[in-house]
Amino acid sequence: MDEVSARSEYRKLEESITLSPLEEQVASQRDFSGGTTEVLTLNIGPHHPATHGVLRLLVTLEGEVVRDLRPIIGYVHTGIEKTAEDKAYWKAIPVIERMDYLSYYFNALAFCGAVETLLECEVPKRAQYLRVIHLELNRIMSHLVWLGTSALDLGAMSMFWYCFREREMILDLFEQSSGQRMHTRYFQVGGVIEDIPLGFEAKLREFMAIMPGRVDQYNDLLKRNEILLQRLRGTCPLDEQSLLALGVTGPLLRASGNPWDLRKAAPYSSYEDFSFKIPVGTVGDNYDRYAVRVAEIYESVKIIEQALDGLPEGPFITEDRKIALPPRHELATSMEALIHHFKLVTEGFRVPPGEVYYPIESPRGELGCFVRSDGSAKPARVHMRDPSFVNLQATAAMTRGSYIADLIATLAMLDPILGGIDR
Amino acid sequence: MPDQVGLELIATALGEEIPGSVLETAFFRAQAGLLIAPETVRQVLAALRQSHGYRSLMSVHGVDYYPHEPRLGVHYELLDMERVDRLTVKLRVPLDQPNIESVTPDWPTANHQEREVFDMFGVHFDGHPDLRRILMPEDYEGHPQRRDFPLGGEPVLFTHNEVGSPGWTR
Repeated sequence: MDEVSARSEYRKLEESITLSPLEEQVASQRDFSGGTTEVLTLNIGPHHPATHGVLRLLVTLEGEVVRDLRPIIGYVHTGIEKTAEDKAYWKAIPVIERMDYLSYYFNALAFCGAVETLLECEVPKRAQYLRVIHLELNRIMSHLVWLGTSALDLGAMSMFWYCFREREMILDLFEQSSGQRMHTRYFQVGGVIEDIPLGFEAKLREFMAIMPGRVDQYNDLLKRNEILLQRLRGTCPLDEQSLLALGVTGPLLRASGNPWDLRKAAPYSSYEDFSFKIPVGTVGDNYDRYAVRVAEIYESVKIIEQALDGLPEGPFITEDRKIALPPRHELATSMEALIHHFKLVTEGFRVPPGEVYYPIESPRGELGCFVRSDGSAKPARVHMRDPSFVNLQATAAMTRGSYIADLIATLAMLDPILGGIDR
Repeated sequence: MPDQVGLELIATALGEEIPGSVLETAFFRAQAGLLIAPETVRQVLAALRQSHGYRSLMSVHGVDYYPHEPRLGVHYELLDMERVDRLTVKLRVPLDQPNIESVTPDWPTANHQEREVFDMFGVHFDGHPDLRRILMPEDYEGHPQRRDFPLGGEPVLFTHNEVGSPGWTR
C-alpha cells in the first residue's frame, strides 16, 4: 500500500515536469512561410554518441533544417564545487581535476594558480617549466581525443585509432612523471609534486620527434579529403562579433580570426619565455575550427621542445614549508619537518581571506577559477568558469538554418566536455 | 588590471555618471574590484562597456557570504581585450529580497551563467528570458551552493521496486 502511494506521489511529481512550454516557445520563435510545413521537435540525447557525453538537445526541425535548438544539461552534475568547499585546499585538487576530464592539468593549474595568488606564493622557475611541459602535452592529448572522436562522427573511423595511438604515448609520459595516466594530481599549490624521473626526457624527446610527422599524416588523410571538406567547409560559420557577445573563447574564437590567447595576451607560468605562433582562421566555419586545432598541436610541440631545452635547475616546489610538504628524507631527522608534515596532512594550510579570479588558456578557451577564502584551511567558494559551459551557448547561433547533419559536425567541432559543463 | 589609481578614476567617473552606484573599491592581489549597489548593475555594466572599454563579460560567479549580511553575492568578471585589462564588479543582495536585474539582454553570454547562479544560490535575475534551473533537476528543492545547505543526505530516487533487504542477507 505504502509502496504504491509512494510511487504515485513520485509519478505525480514527474508528470508535473513538462517541457511543452519550452517546445512551444521554440516552435513559435520563427515565422514559417506558407503554413504547410510541419515543425518537428526532436530530442537528441542525453545518451547519444554524437553528443560527446551526456548532453541533451531539443532541436526544432523544419524538414531537415534546424530552426532552433536548446541544450539541456546537468545530467553529470556531481557537485564538485560544493565538495571542494569541504576539503582542505591541497586536498581539493583531485576533485577539481575531475571537472573537465580531458584537461586535468589545466583544472589543477587554474585552482593552484588562484590559491598561489591568494597566498602570494612564488612558484620556482623549474616548476613553472615542468607545468608548461605537462600542460602542452595535455593540450595535445585533448586535441587528439577531439580529432579522433570528431573524425569518427564524420565517418573516418581509422582516425580514431591513429589519434588514440599517439594519445597513449602521452598517457605513458604522464604515468612516468606522476604514476597516473589520468587525473594525475601532479600540480600542487606552490609547484609540482615530484621532479621528472630519469628517462622521462629521453621518452619525451622520442615523442616530440614522432609527433609532428604524425600530425602531417592526419593532415594528409583529412585536409583535402573530399568528404571532410564537404562536411566542414562553409558549414555553420559564426562571425567574430557574435562569438564575443556569446563569450566564446579558445580555438572557436580564433577560428573566426581573433587571435585572443591568454598564453600570449596575459602570460602565466612563464609562457612569455617561449616563442610560438597562434593559429587563426578566416571565416569561422567548421573547417577553420578543425584547422586551428590541428595547427595548435604543432605549436604545442614547439613549446614543449623549448621548455625541455631551457629547463632550469632548482627546486620543483616552493621551499615554503607552511605550504608544501617537506621532503621525505627530512622526516626521519628533523622534528620541525615532522611537525610541518603533520600540520599539513591533518589541517592543511590557512589562506589569507580574499577573492581572486585566475584565468588560463585551456584547450577549449578561457578556464578561470574563482576562489574565495575566509581565512580557514578550506576554500569558502570555488567556481570554475568552464569554457565548454559558456561555448555551448553558441550552438544555437551556429546551427540555426543549417542541416541536421551539419549540427552533428558542428557539435563535434565545438568540442564540449560535459564533465566540465556540469561539474 | 587597472592599477589602484586607475580603479579609483573608474569609480569616480561611474559615481558621477550613475549617482550612488559605487559603494566600495577593493584592490587585492593586483586585481581590481568594484562593489556596486545591486539595483544599478545593468547601468554600471553598460557604462563600463561604453566609456571604459570593458567589452567582454567573461564570467558570472555566485557567492554566499554566510554568516555575513547581505548574504548573497554576484560577481561579474569584465575584460577589455584590447588593453588586456580585467575588472571585477561585485554586488550583494539579502536573502529575503534576492532580486537583481538580469544583464542577459545586454550580454548574451550571461544567459547560462545567471541561470547557474539562480540554480545554485537562488538569486533572481529579473528580466532574464528563461530563468530555470540549469544543472539541478527542475523539481529540486533548495539551492545547494549556499553555505548552510548540507553536504550529503540526498534522497535516492527510483527505490520503489527495491526489495526490503538487500539480497546478500538472505
